[in-house]
Amino acid sequence: MSQQVGTVTWINGPVVRAHGSRRVSMLELVEVGEEHLVGEVIGLESDVSTIQVYEETSGMHPGAPVFGTGMSLSVELGPGLLRGIFDGVQRPLPAMERHSGSFIGRGMHMSPLPRTDKWDFTPVLKAGDKVSGGAIVGTVAETPALEHRVMIPPDDRGTLTWVAPAGQYTIVEPIARLRTATGEQDVAMLQRWPVRRPRPYRARAGQNMPLITGQRVLDTFFPLAKGGSAAIPGGFGAGKTVMQHSIAKWSDAQVVVYIGCGERGNEMTEVLQEFPHLVDPRSGRPLMERTVLIANTSNMPVAAREASIYTGITMAEYYRDMGYHVALMADSTSRWAEALREISGRLEEMPAEEGYPAYLAARLAEFYERAGFVETLNGQPGSVSVIGAVSPPGGDFSEPVTQHTKRFIRCFWALDKALASARHFPSVNWLDSYSEYLEDVADWWRKQVGQDWYAMRSVAMELLTEESRLAQIVKLVGPDALPDEQRLILETARILREGFLQQSAMDDIDAYSTIQKQIRMLGLILHFHTRAQHIIKRGALITVIHELSVVNDLIRMKALIANDQLDKMDEIRRRIDEQMDQLESEYR
Amino acid sequence: MSEALVLGGQEVIGVSRVEGPIIVVEGAGSVGYDEMVEVLDSQGRLRMGRVLEVGENMSVVEVFSGTTGLSIDGTRVRFLGGPMHLPVAEEMLGSVFDGMGRPLDGGPQPLTEHYADINGQPINPTARVYPRDYIQTGISAIDGMNTLVMGQKLPIFSGAGIPHDQLAAQIVRQATLGAPAGEQPSETAQFAIVFAAMGVKHDVADFFRNSFAESGALTRVAMFLNLADDPPVERLVTPRAALTLAEYLAFQREMHVLVVFTDMTNYCEALRQISNIRGEVPSRKGYPGYLYSDLASLYERTGRIRTSNGSITQIPILTMPNDDITHPVPDLTGYITEGQIVLGRQMTQQGIYPPITVLPSLSRLMKDGIGKGHTRADHSHLAAQLYASYAHVQDVRSLASVIGEEELSTVDQQYLQFGRVFEQQYIHQGPTENRSIEVTLDIGWRLISMLPQDELTRVSPDEIKQYYEAAHAAH
Repeated sequence: MSQQVGTVTWINGPVVRAHGSRRVSMLELVEVGEEHLVGEVIGLESDVSTIQVYEETSGMHPGAPVFGTGMSLSVELGPGLLRGIFDGVQRPLPAMERHSGSFIGRGMHMSPLPRTDKWDFTPVLKAGDKVSGGAIVGTVAETPALEHRVMIPPDDRGTLTWVAPAGQYTIVEPIARLRTATGEQDVAMLQRWPVRRPRPYRARAGQNMPLITGQRVLDTFFPLAKGGSAAIPGGFGAGKTVMQHSIAKWSDAQVVVYIGCGERGNEMTEVLQEFPHLVDPRSGRPLMERTVLIANTSNMPVAAREASIYTGITMAEYYRDMGYHVALMADSTSRWAEALREISGRLEEMPAEEGYPAYLAARLAEFYERAGFVETLNGQPGSVSVIGAVSPPGGDFSEPVTQHTKRFIRCFWALDKALASARHFPSVNWLDSYSEYLEDVADWWRKQVGQDWYAMRSVAMELLTEESRLAQIVKLVGPDALPDEQRLILETARILREGFLQQSAMDDIDAYSTIQKQIRMLGLILHFHTRAQHIIKRGALITVIHELSVVNDLIRMKALIANDQLDKMDEIRRRIDEQMDQLESEYR
Repeated sequence: MSEALVLGGQEVIGVSRVEGPIIVVEGAGSVGYDEMVEVLDSQGRLRMGRVLEVGENMSVVEVFSGTTGLSIDGTRVRFLGGPMHLPVAEEMLGSVFDGMGRPLDGGPQPLTEHYADINGQPINPTARVYPRDYIQTGISAIDGMNTLVMGQKLPIFSGAGIPHDQLAAQIVRQATLGAPAGEQPSETAQFAIVFAAMGVKHDVADFFRNSFAESGALTRVAMFLNLADDPPVERLVTPRAALTLAEYLAFQREMHVLVVFTDMTNYCEALRQISNIRGEVPSRKGYPGYLYSDLASLYERTGRIRTSNGSITQIPILTMPNDDITHPVPDLTGYITEGQIVLGRQMTQQGIYPPITVLPSLSRLMKDGIGKGHTRADHSHLAAQLYASYAHVQDVRSLASVIGEEELSTVDQQYLQFGRVFEQQYIHQGPTENRSIEVTLDIGWRLISMLPQDELTRVSPDEIKQYYEAAHAAH
């Protein structure tokens, strides 16, 4: 199906030029050289095409043939994506390992999804039904945790003339036949979609449901809405990856797409070895059953790193179109931007800031705008939430990738090196971070927990802000110079920091907090503060408050009280009241 | 390079341009990207080079030993038909090579059938084994707080005048496969050591050689030396040659290999030099935009794979220009490696050895390499507590410098005392002192017990009962 469309004339790393054809099209997928290395046309001038090659070009000669495919870079969509691990251009890494051993060779062509596996298909529609793109023809239990909905390709419409009976089919066998305006065509489970084109939907909807991550500092203080976009900027060692992993593990998304984009190989291996053994707290099934992994580590070809982001988000949109809530993590978008910069440099384009091409902002916008809460073509609600890590050089947020990213996201989780050095994790800085979804999700919280989350959060946030102001003074004159009312603020803020904001990803109980646990913890700490305030006003010393044993209870409750034993919180509340009553009687 | 490897072989006389270490050759037929070349000057002296860019009839070649003495007409360029390969064999342990992987001092080429591409190939993430076995270095600040794990890449960030070489040599001398506290290591797993020097002084290379010799390790060390007065461009090959041997030893011969690089900053400068001459668009501080990818192509050649029992652990050393950790070289390194050991000038001046500043130091793989079955169950909580308490010491110190030590609260004065003792007894140790993991953990408990129990929120009540109370009573 591929025919020669030119010969290579120039090679510089992943960028090659070929001449000989005016028929290749922009962004067409081509195969370069005798080894048929996969590449994509990124520039055309008369009969010279510029191609970025997704594999190592060592040893390639001028004069090598270039083959056209007539398609643009596409991903295969269908059952079998979940539990899969692919490289940036969707080659299946486990199959590559079976084929060529522990190291990734070149020129391997493999079907991303296995052709011979059979899936249990259950029809939903029947012959004679009029359908348009996105209509669900039938379902397949892709994993015990998730029902895969086989859809009519978005661009098609017509009448079904045949639907396969329930039974076992491979992804390439027809499961329906569709009569369209141009003739009759088969519909199989396997479909393709060009990665750089967003999949269509019917309409965008409001974002007023938070994506619950189980991370207290995020859910309570800086919530992300389902269908929203967030950035996690942070220097090295600030904990971006651990945070991305935690969200991938504990968020209430139904499908998780995790893109390891130019990061460490061992980190991907960690996910691969850990996720099959971790249980999703909602479905009770291994986490791997809802996860797709894309691993294009830092030493894998740089052009494929550029593609990996699009490969991932296209898969996410596909599951969104079935009516699911999908969370996509990209770690790290800076490496993707650097891939853009490297390709741009080799093309000798005029650089804008710090060597990045001028279209960096446009590309970032295109990517983040593919997040959204939508009404799908089949009328169901579905969402893609995007969480992108950003790795600013030297931890300096004024660099171009962080700055441009900030324009296209509404949730900013700034990681702080100083907090990380003090082993305060997650090292989300509560003064620099923000979420623009606060008001949007306030109603949802009220309905779920029956308490005014928004008001409680505001009080806690005020305490933390006030603490940072007081801390400035303490640095100059020491804490003793402050009146006890203000020292109480320092004390409560300390409890908030150590007992609430800090959360250990390694601790079995602490790793994940339900919203019920979060709101009750916050309630207890604020209750403590209110009562202590009262007693201090009557003349009790801050040192007395500091020495109350309940302070330690408040700091330790996160790791001692499991999500299903929240009744134990009442015990702590009783102790607060008991100890405060005792003090109150002394200072009557 | 063995003659047998010359696959294509075509020769061109005369070059069209010479600039710095770069030559542009016209007229050669089919030249491959990244192909090796031999360059002969008019006196017939041989040097090696590599193709950086090819077009029709034109190729850009970097010459590793520099272009001094090359002329436009008198230069012969021979294209060798493939990327650089290195002969690899177990017998290479115990020998010294130059920066290109050729035996030094007229030693023979290793006898082997096995030639490997020095660029290697990326390890498939699904083929990796996640590293979980810790390496005991006998250094408390590392074993206790930044545990090194077999298959990890953990760089040492240092500066000029800070004893990073001593530290690296001590790690190499003392490294053994770790065992749970109180148990003897099941096997005396000795590491094969691959050492690559890039642009360091003769004294530094000699220091390492003597240090290896003194500890009787010389027979299991392969040294690749590109010294300060060797051609800078060769530095681009040195770490790749070293890693090619390391990969062979680890993944074909199933050995545990410790790779030490010094100094990565020199490597990056050589890369910048080439990029500069080629007129590439620079990113930060003149370094090329692909510095991250290039460094990753070295650092990522570390780890363990399922098909071999061997492992590669990397300890690259780099000096931070002007002690600036945000400089592109340490910065990009930190983004790729699994943590970093940061050495501090102030610690050095206070006479603390090793001068490890623990707060910015980090080992990312530590969490899975310690604890029950690896070191001891209380290790991770203890380390977190030491970190948190020592971080507080810094706050107290800055407060004390304003209001004076006498004005501090009792608790804060205890913190100050803890900080001092921690630096002198936990971090500080002799250059030949080899502490077992048990000793390291026990010192940690002894010191943390100087603080009141209420201050310890990172350790569990059970651990306090088991370790704190007795130690606290002793104070």
